[in-house]
Amino acid sequence: MSAVLDALCVVFLLGGTLFTVIGGIGMIRLPSFYTRCHAAGMTDSAGAAGVLLGLCFVAEPLVAVKLLSVLAFIWLTSVASTHALVKAAYARGLRFYDEQPIDLTNKRPQPGAEDRTHKRSGEEE
Amino acid sequence: MNTGIWNYWVVVFLMMAGLYVVMAKRNYVKKLMGLSIFQVSVIMLYVSMGKVTGGTAPIYVLDGGTPAEGIVYSNALPHVLMLTAIVVGVATTAVGLGLIVRVREAYGSVEEDVVTEQDRAAEAAEARDFAEAGP
Amino acid sequence: MELLITVTLFAFLIWMAVVIGRQRDLFSASMLTGIFSLICAGLFTVMDAVDVAFTEAAVGAGISTVLFLATLALTDERERRPEHTPLAAIGVVALTGAALVYGTLDMPAYGDPSAPVHTGVARHYMERSWDEIGLPNIVTGVLASYRGFDTFGELGVIFTAGIGVSLLLSAGTPELTPGAPPPPPKSRAPYVREMPILRTVSKALMPYILLFALYVQAHGDFGPGGGFQAGVIFTAALILYGLIWGPSAVEAFARRRLVERATAVGLLIYGGVGVTTLTLGHSFLDYSALSPEHPQHGQHWGIFVVELGVGITVSAVMLVIYYVFASRPKKDVSPMRQPLPLLGGACVGDVSTEDAEADS
Repeated sequence: MSAVLDALCVVFLLGGTLFTVIGGIGMIRLPSFYTRCHAAGMTDSAGAAGVLLGLCFVAEPLVAVKLLSVLAFIWLTSVASTHALVKAAYARGLRFYDEQPIDLTNKRPQPGAEDRTHKRSGEEE
Repeated sequence: MNTGIWNYWVVVFLMMAGLYVVMAKRNYVKKLMGLSIFQVSVIMLYVSMGKVTGGTAPIYVLDGGTPAEGIVYSNALPHVLMLTAIVVGVATTAVGLGLIVRVREAYGSVEEDVVTEQDRAAEAAEARDFAEAGP
Repeated sequence: MELLITVTLFAFLIWMAVVIGRQRDLFSASMLTGIFSLICAGLFTVMDAVDVAFTEAAVGAGISTVLFLATLALTDERERRPEHTPLAAIGVVALTGAALVYGTLDMPAYGDPSAPVHTGVARHYMERSWDEIGLPNIVTGVLASYRGFDTFGELGVIFTAGIGVSLLLSAGTPELTPGAPPPPPKSRAPYVREMPILRTVSKALMPYILLFALYVQAHGDFGPGGGFQAGVIFTAALILYGLIWGPSAVEAFARRRLVERATAVGLLIYGGVGVTTLTLGHSFLDYSALSPEHPQHGQHWGIFVVELGVGITVSAVMLVIYYVFASRPKKDVSPMRQPLPLLGGACVGDVSTEDAEADS
């Protein structure tokens, strides 16, 4: 029985780690703000879920309940925060189709001015 | 050469980074951020000194109502001191931020250069007025 | 394995400190200080300082970031480009750093159980705390009983800081809008209030966070927690609520006047316990006086009441600080009407500036 639980734990942990690593790669490799938000959100929901559920299989019952409640909070808060982030960017005028790829050298002009031009072009559409 | 003291070097680096920000940056908000980094480095120094290899958190592991034998605990004293220091730190940071807000309202800027220039200008004007009204 | 985690987190910490120092967008820098604190909290956990980690996570990632953002809302979000490389600062920092590193060469190694810090009074606390106080969490026992004087003083500092911020930012608001109606707030809060998902999530989570704060307050004797953490978590929950629903929604729940009074109430509770033990014929904050035939019970009672006082004052002070920052209107200083040139260099008010302007 415990061997089965251990195996399940390992499977879930590896799955969670995989999602986290993919999310991390996505944060670096994906070209624009919204796609990066997707990567970050996946790390939070899928990666954390895998790790926490995996740990549940080997923990004592009380600890497992605590882990599950942590998972419930993460699923509520991180999803809501990703939503707020994306929506705030959208409200400030960042449109998906006319977004420039993020400059990795981080030498951008004034962010305020950039956003306003996006808004204007978005409204004209 | 003692190789187990790298934690102090990290602390020294953080401390110097905070000190550099406080001294070199001209923006008051940035200076306070530097001060926060400095403060964290001090907290890190204390807490890292309290760590005992192989130890666990300083909460007694109970075994039938009494502490279990043979468990090593990390030192609780630095934890106590730093626990209060963190909360005091944020309260004092808030005082600093309040001062910055008032400086911005009085001078229209939170850049040290602008504020100093205005102070010098006011001083010069005062001295001029005094010289004119004096004799 | 543990060493690997420690080293990785330390590397993150150093990186984050460098990025904060170099970042000129102060909004980003504020968010980075939140991440910095969270990494610190992780490090404290690895170093077995769970109570400290708890506090750091709630204070650094929660309250202090919000305070920085509130200040930025009242000031400017960009830092000016420096005019020259601060060579003097680099020199001072390099010299001091070298001296400090030289000074560390005599220090005991990381994790050394025979280090001087583990001797003396600390050893007494670690070995005798179970018999003398009888609480599983040694940190709570040392905090509230052995070093009760320290904690009382720290609470006084927090109280004073709350009064200071309140005096600094509550005064002088009317002169900002002489005669004219106050300008409409330019914050993004009204927009956030229109997001149904955030509203629902914040409403749904609020009771659980507040309940958790009370749990941390009451359970501090047995696990990580106590008055400081509980107070900070309680206020962080209310600030989260205020970020989404606006400060007035929080003030409807906790009236400002009431909260301002509560800052003193906690301190008075703490001091009151001390006076009570004095009148019972023991020394100040010697909780054994509360139950002479069973000193441990006296300690439990004293610690519980004292932690309650700590929780009340900490949470009330943090809330007052949030109130005064959130209710302060931004004084409008547009760059056009700036009394001084932003680019600096020239000494303003001097004759030379007027000359320079005439030349150009």
